[in-house]
Amino acid sequence: MIEKQITIKNATGLHTRPAATLVKTAARFQSDFFIQKDAMEINGKSIIGVMTLAAEQGSTLTLRFDGPDEEEAANAVVNLFERGFDEQ
Amino acid sequence: MSMEEMSAQAQEVIVKGIAAAPGIAICTAYLYSMQVPRVQAKTISPEDVESELQRLRSSNQRAEKELMKILAFAEHKLGSQSAKIFEAQIMILNDGILMGAIENRIGKELKTAEFLVFDEISKYKRLMLAAPDEYMHERAHDVDDVMNRIIRNIQDQKLFSKLEGEAVIVSETLTPADTVIFSRNQVLGYATDLGGVTSHAALLSRSLKIPAVVGLHSATKQVLSGDLIAVDGYAGVIAIHPTEETLEGLRHKAQRFKEFEQQLVGLARLPAETLDHKRIDLAANLEFVEEIEFALTQGAAGVGLYRTESELLAQSRYPSEDEQYEAYNKVAEEMFPHNVIFRTFDVGGDKLTPERFEEDNPFLGWRGIRVCLDRPEILLTQLRAILRASTRRNVSIMFPMVTKLSEVRRAKELLKQVKDELKAKGVRFDQRLKVGVMIEVPAAAILAESIAAEVDFLSIGTNDLIQYLLAVDRGNSLVAPIYQQFNPAVLRTIKMIVEAGHKHNIWVGMCGEMAGDPLATIVLMGLGLDELSVIPTTLPEIKKIIRSVKHKDAKKIADKVLTLTTEDEIHQYLFSALKGKLPDLPLEP
Repeated sequence: MIEKQITIKNATGLHTRPAATLVKTAARFQSDFFIQKDAMEINGKSIIGVMTLAAEQGSTLTLRFDGPDEEEAANAVVNLFERGFDEQ
Repeated sequence: MSMEEMSAQAQEVIVKGIAAAPGIAICTAYLYSMQVPRVQAKTISPEDVESELQRLRSSNQRAEKELMKILAFAEHKLGSQSAKIFEAQIMILNDGILMGAIENRIGKELKTAEFLVFDEISKYKRLMLAAPDEYMHERAHDVDDVMNRIIRNIQDQKLFSKLEGEAVIVSETLTPADTVIFSRNQVLGYATDLGGVTSHAALLSRSLKIPAVVGLHSATKQVLSGDLIAVDGYAGVIAIHPTEETLEGLRHKAQRFKEFEQQLVGLARLPAETLDHKRIDLAANLEFVEEIEFALTQGAAGVGLYRTESELLAQSRYPSEDEQYEAYNKVAEEMFPHNVIFRTFDVGGDKLTPERFEEDNPFLGWRGIRVCLDRPEILLTQLRAILRASTRRNVSIMFPMVTKLSEVRRAKELLKQVKDELKAKGVRFDQRLKVGVMIEVPAAAILAESIAAEVDFLSIGTNDLIQYLLAVDRGNSLVAPIYQQFNPAVLRTIKMIVEAGHKHNIWVGMCGEMAGDPLATIVLMGLGLDELSVIPTTLPEIKKIIRSVKHKDAKKIADKVLTLTTEDEIHQYLFSALKGKLPDLPLEP
């Protein structure tokens, strides 16, 4: 299991579009992917879950990956957050 | 008389409301209420699990098909940005984790699919509603919408958009989304209990060219689906179970309007010029890029008001600079060589805003330039986007809801800041871009001369000016009749603003609803307005009136009107003056 802490960089936060990109990216991997924010934990492969997080710019999330390709999954997802979901 | 004949000849009921979109529709009524499907926690037997799962899957497919259709239609009518809400709903339908959880629970808990859809999705909805920001509340509505769509499909209930054949929609109120979605059916008219003439749904029904009457108070209680109903969007009246006599009158009226409209064909290419060759800039009020084509075919010589808030409509957030630039640049490009006046975000009041506060009096509250000056980053971003779209030199900027001069100065400072910034970066823009102010607060009208000294133009926003001047909430159907544009106070205020602008050699226009009222055209010309900006549908009619009078006669009429002291006198005088110039004009006395 891999655990990573990230901070949301892009201005709009995890709004619909970044949420969709995140879910699509996570779906490419077999590993389970959970996101924790404050007391809430949701399945990172579920769009309705990610939407519910209400994660704004500057909020900190804990990402948890668990499965055979957890390394690759973590790299791909963390990379997305670091690039600010390619929003300018 | 047999029972059947008796019920067929129900008593005619006339209900007076507010005319929101012109036209006449005679058709059967469809009573629309936002129905929430009922769900019960029913138990199923283990051998029914498989068929219950099947029910869920096939209803999801139907729901997706419905949404795809709505999405395509919304993209076509409103543009892809505004259609994004429906895309998000489709993604929720395809959420494997969510649907997996529901399917799992059907097998384990042996409850019906609709109950578990309700139970599972409600969990997320509650979390979203508990979040403090407006954006999440809007998403909760989307989630609710998609949930009800699935449940309705599981229960195999009919959907309003499966509405067959032509109908007049009768409803308590209509959201912009309802208005758009309905219009993909053969909706011939709208009649609603609530709402005022400038509500968003009214604006939309006008651009969709669907006759509408709003503010009918209790129409939904007087009409049943299937009743014959006539909507007179000119007079603001509906007739339920209309008599043959009423119908005859309405058909005749529709015919007269149709004939007059034929006279307007070919007018688009002619200038808006009086008989004694005084030009009036006749422009269009627009809200969506998609309206441009229609505005141009109607003969718009520019955009006198581009409402930039439409960019906020679907997103419930402020769009990024690039998103805004794309939209504004497209408008400027398509309108070239005509001029486009972009009004900066006029949020608050009855308009959508991403950030919402509880205000006892939103119309006297945080709106327009007040929001933009308190949140300068919003205005700076927007100004950057507008400036970048100004390279063709056909773009102007207008600030809404100005109350005092210091606001104008502050907004101009911010504009200068953005200009310097762009210059430093080597980004091209129109250095001489014109800046104007919307005069819509009585204080600004009184200070018009001071404001005029510091800007390039003034544009009178009559909707707000009238409501503030007369202290009438235009959306409140209880007092809506007091909202009178021919109140002498209104006309005298307009005169004052025009004179203030001309004193400083700047042009003065009008972009409120009043500019598009045929009855007002002559007096407005006579008062000296240089520009009128109107909704595209009424443009040819206004042009026809301008081309049928002499400017010097219009001045005389305006002088006479200014001596009249009541709304009724003014209304009657203008009515007979216009009838005298244009006997064919189909007007309501």
